[in-house]
Amino acid sequence: MKKKLSIGNKVVASPYLLWSILFIIAPMFFVVYYSFTTSSGAFTMDNITELGKFTDTFLRSIWFGVLATIICLILAYPIAYIITQTSANSQRTMVALVMLPMWMNFLIRTYSWMAILQDTGIINTFFRKIGIGTVHMINTPGAVILGMVYNFLPFMILPLYSVMSKLDKSVIEAAQDLGGNRLTIMQKIIIPLSMPGIASGLTMVFVPSVSTFYISQKLGGGSFDLIGDVIEGEFQQLYNYNLGASISLVLMILILLCMVFLNKFTSNEEGMVI
Amino acid sequence: MEENIIIDLKNITVKYGDEQVLTDMNLYIRDKEFITLLGPSGCGKTTTLRIIAGFLEPNSGEVIFDNKNINGVPPHKRQVNTIFQRYALFPHLNVYENVAFGLRVKKLPEKQIKAKVVSMLGLVNLKGFGKRNINSLSGGQQQRVAIARALANEPRVLLLDEPLGALDLKLRKDMQVELKSIQQRLGITFIYVTHDQEEALSMSDTIVVMDNGVIQQIGTPQDIYNEPKNAFVADFIGESNILDGIMRKDLYVEFSGHRFKCLDSGFEKDELVDVVVRPEDVDVVAADKGMLRGTVTSVTFKGVHFEIIVDLKGFKWMIQSTDYQAVGTEIGLSIAPDDIQIMKKSIYSGTFGDYSSFSEEFDELSDASEEGEQ
Amino acid sequence: MKIPSKVYTFLIFLFLYAPIIVMIVFSFNSSNSTGLLAGFSFKWYSVLVGEKDIMQALYNTLILAISSALISTVIGTAAAVGIDKWKKNWLRSSVMGVTNIPMMNPEIVTGISMMLLFVFMGKLIGKEEILGFETILIAHVTFNLPYVILSVLPKLRQTDSFLAEAAQDLGCTPIKAFFKAVLPAISSGIVTGMIMAFTLSLDDFIISNFTTGPDFQTLPLAIFAMTKKRVKPDMYALSTFIFVSILVLLILTNVAQARGEVKKNKIAKGDA
Repeated sequence: MKKKLSIGNKVVASPYLLWSILFIIAPMFFVVYYSFTTSSGAFTMDNITELGKFTDTFLRSIWFGVLATIICLILAYPIAYIITQTSANSQRTMVALVMLPMWMNFLIRTYSWMAILQDTGIINTFFRKIGIGTVHMINTPGAVILGMVYNFLPFMILPLYSVMSKLDKSVIEAAQDLGGNRLTIMQKIIIPLSMPGIASGLTMVFVPSVSTFYISQKLGGGSFDLIGDVIEGEFQQLYNYNLGASISLVLMILILLCMVFLNKFTSNEEGMVI
Repeated sequence: MEENIIIDLKNITVKYGDEQVLTDMNLYIRDKEFITLLGPSGCGKTTTLRIIAGFLEPNSGEVIFDNKNINGVPPHKRQVNTIFQRYALFPHLNVYENVAFGLRVKKLPEKQIKAKVVSMLGLVNLKGFGKRNINSLSGGQQQRVAIARALANEPRVLLLDEPLGALDLKLRKDMQVELKSIQQRLGITFIYVTHDQEEALSMSDTIVVMDNGVIQQIGTPQDIYNEPKNAFVADFIGESNILDGIMRKDLYVEFSGHRFKCLDSGFEKDELVDVVVRPEDVDVVAADKGMLRGTVTSVTFKGVHFEIIVDLKGFKWMIQSTDYQAVGTEIGLSIAPDDIQIMKKSIYSGTFGDYSSFSEEFDELSDASEEGEQ
Repeated sequence: MKIPSKVYTFLIFLFLYAPIIVMIVFSFNSSNSTGLLAGFSFKWYSVLVGEKDIMQALYNTLILAISSALISTVIGTAAAVGIDKWKKNWLRSSVMGVTNIPMMNPEIVTGISMMLLFVFMGKLIGKEEILGFETILIAHVTFNLPYVILSVLPKLRQTDSFLAEAAQDLGCTPIKAFFKAVLPAISSGIVTGMIMAFTLSLDDFIISNFTTGPDFQTLPLAIFAMTKKRVKPDMYALSTFIFVSILVLLILTNVAQARGEVKKNKIAKGDA
């Protein structure tokens, strides 16, 4: 009877297994395949050697991604903590309010920032009225980073909040009982115990930040192309699938390395930290 | 109680990988009997229950129900119902629908279902609870819903897997009485699993003591308590002083350096045996007037009696007395013949020490620095 | 809440909602400008309705979202139910690892990798114009599946593993036991997964960009095309409309849930 049961469990999951092999694993192979071939299918290393000219772009993308992630972490941590300190009902409302902006289309949200940051936009109109004059904000690296932080901040807040709200209160009380003040408790108890949430948040912000393309185009004005822009260009404009694939391959490996590094802090892979 | 055998387990063996969970087990269960499988965790009692229910098939052996072999018959076709340890109530259904579940599966007419559910809820004292949400019920109430749900199907046999474990003490005691009463009223065979020996003693017609997949003893509660067959049963049930003894001849046993009259015979001359004396059966007398003599090393007030640890030449006895004895006093112990139980030596001999500590874990005093040296 | 906390919270929420407020306000702008408020007007909403392309894209997006949500929910729930019972061995870890890939991978990589797969397959079967509704549907189901599985698995773990046995004990065949006892108990996980899949699909832009064909335009892609040129405020009207509908939907479901809770509690206390 035990045997029947275990086969049944494999049969039920088989549509998914088949699907994942076809549409998750196979595409990965194709990225590798296209990276090492020419458009006629012959083996080549050209795509790899051409990557050299994108080193700057890669570094810039990583740098922007890191900055955006760190800023998100710094901004999100206090608000996540503050939310856990409110009543249960208001926690639910606040979490919903944090998630709500994500319901608006990502392109429009980013486009709206253009409207806000432009030289002729809302902030500058206000600045001019109160006599500060025009502050050039759009088409700067700062604007791009702002766009990243804005778009991905909820993805940092939510896992942090999720982990912090599940902290066993009695652990904190034990620390207080043993003489810890608020700072010590934050440092030695809350931060270490919220590591899984931090790791989750870092992942969910860094990955899209590094690989974004729309944000850099709209808020950077085209002068701060990121690796995502390059990939998109190769595919949709230049139709150079092979070079595009090799760039993507490097990006994938990069992200994989970061994941492996961060994985040390997360033990739970069978449930979402949300 | 009828002699009619309703379930017969023949030569049941269960292996989990390399581990033997049940070894060549033979057990028969009489119709309308309240029989309890008693033993520590891992002894195989729950496995036995699951074999009867059909959730597990034995590696070898036969399961006979009402003179018919039911090996391979799936659970939903067996005439047994189970009360699960954590009740397994359906959270999306209310009380009424939970109790009616099995009846709905049988597609009985609505009127009949209603009558049965109402009568079952009455039986377990949950009248009027039909519309309640499962999650709003207390542990005891959920327990009773589980019972009503199982009994609504009018099974021949009810299997209960440690059903009272999650309840607090007083409620547990009430439920024990109630379960016993239900069993007798309905005349159903109850197969009960527990590790709590007091529970087993108070509710059962027959107790089956198990350890490590092997049946140690089968008998009525009184038999098990008064005449344990080996050191394991003696130690598991109640408190007991277990000593090494020698049968000098029939009706005479020697232990702790003294010869005692006893009621057991059938042993060889000078056969090494295990002797068990229950703490409550030891009388305290003046130091020079007793059969044995020792020094009191600790006294604990238990309400019902004093629990006194007495050192007899290095071996610590436990006795129970309503009189206080001060620590350090020398006292005499006196034991009547019918309070001495002789047991044959077994693999369990010598594994239970004296009363210098109560648990095995405490016996192993751990020292990290010592462990490091190993 | 203390004052610094209140201030900080306000600032964060102001930051989060700034573009949304801008969007809503400017959707009612009577002028064309996206920097200057002229007057109040509904005109952009009527312009919106007149844009046939946009309406078609909206329709497409809904069809796509509903289909991909349904398909991924069925496949994903079945997968979760099976996997939950697997032994914790290398097979299970690998499958869970693969499940994480679409979530961990940057969307652009998922997008182009699927496109490469489709293009290659297209060449094999001789169909040059392979990209279209089928391919974008496949892509959407693929990125939805992990979220469904990861919504249902924890619920399965939470559910009493004996429920299916209890149902069988009471006379159900194993399959019936699953549908009558287990499925209802995990239904909230399934619903959550389905809703997540639906919303991810609605808003997806990057993956859709690479996996759809010229014949099947979704709303985010239509918006993307528009934002390449100058955005007319009817885009704002559209977004406001979507935003408000979802908001209303959320409020309604929350109110319904709250009402359900009150009713449950009433019954529990024996008042109903």
